[in-house]
Amino acid sequence: MTNYKTNLIPSENGNSAMNIYDLYHRMELNKVVLSFKGDVTSELMTSILQIIEQRMESMNEAPKLKKKVYNVLVECLQNLYHHIDEVPSQSGTKGADHSAIFMISLNKNNGYSITTGNYIQTARKGSFENKLKRINSLESAELKELYKEVLNSDARSEKGGGGLGMIDIARKTGKKLNYAFAPLNDEYSFFSLNINVEDTK
Amino acid sequence: MESIFIEGTPKTPNIKFDHDKGSLLLKGRSIPENSIEFYKPLVDWLDAYLSSPKPKTVCDVQLEYFNTSSSKCLLDLFKKMELMSNGGNEVIINWYYEEDDEDMLEAGEDYQSIINVPFKMIEVQE
Repeated sequence: MTNYKTNLIPSENGNSAMNIYDLYHRMELNKVVLSFKGDVTSELMTSILQIIEQRMESMNEAPKLKKKVYNVLVECLQNLYHHIDEVPSQSGTKGADHSAIFMISLNKNNGYSITTGNYIQTARKGSFENKLKRINSLESAELKELYKEVLNSDARSEKGGGGLGMIDIARKTGKKLNYAFAPLNDEYSFFSLNINVEDTK
Repeated sequence: MESIFIEGTPKTPNIKFDHDKGSLLLKGRSIPENSIEFYKPLVDWLDAYLSSPKPKTVCDVQLEYFNTSSSKCLLDLFKKMELMSNGGNEVIINWYYEEDDEDMLEAGEDYQSIINVPFKMIEVQE
């Protein structure tokens, strides 16, 4: 136990190291059920959904909570899949970096906390942030109206989405969207979103 | 015209669009990343069905989950049914939701308020 701080995995430059036990311990404390960093693919999303569904099943979660978590999870993952902006690799390796981070953990209100992070072009940040601010300014009846308005509008992406995801998440959780943008440079920011799904609405 | 039968997958619903019976069934999960790819043939089929609809068409929507990208495609299907209904044909949409699934009931009510076709909300036991 005394030497758990031993460097297990030397980093590329050899000066610092990632302590895997430290990471494990923090994930344990935060009751992390599943976390992932990397490319978000269709197959990955299918696997994550299966794992979380089985996990909730084995924990005997109420059907209502299970459905809400599943629905919100689908929207969060598909947001990552569709809206990720590629950035030139930061780690010095060749090629573009289009990875994202995703984490789901148990929260203190017997619900689930879903956190995602991905790169966004600063040029897109303004309009996206305005959209989030608008969603957060609305009460539930207004959100319902906005949802129907966007649903019934002709605007949609080539794959069928049409900006309903965030509105849907806000409606289903009954909570304000908790988000942040961390500026990285002139071109990119890192967008993070934390959603809590609980049994009460 | 040919009927459409599609087996369900973990991300797409089971489809039975039966021209002879005038019955349309969507059952299971609809959470594909690319919804348009899945729903386009169904919308096209309904377009063709519109030219020779049965006197009565019943659509059963028994979805357990659907994502927001499917929600726009579902609306496209319902709009075709609205055209059918406006053309003097009898159309009914049965919207199934599991007991306590208020979100699914509410989703059905959203469509009901947009589409001018009779909806019947049917609660089922889990």
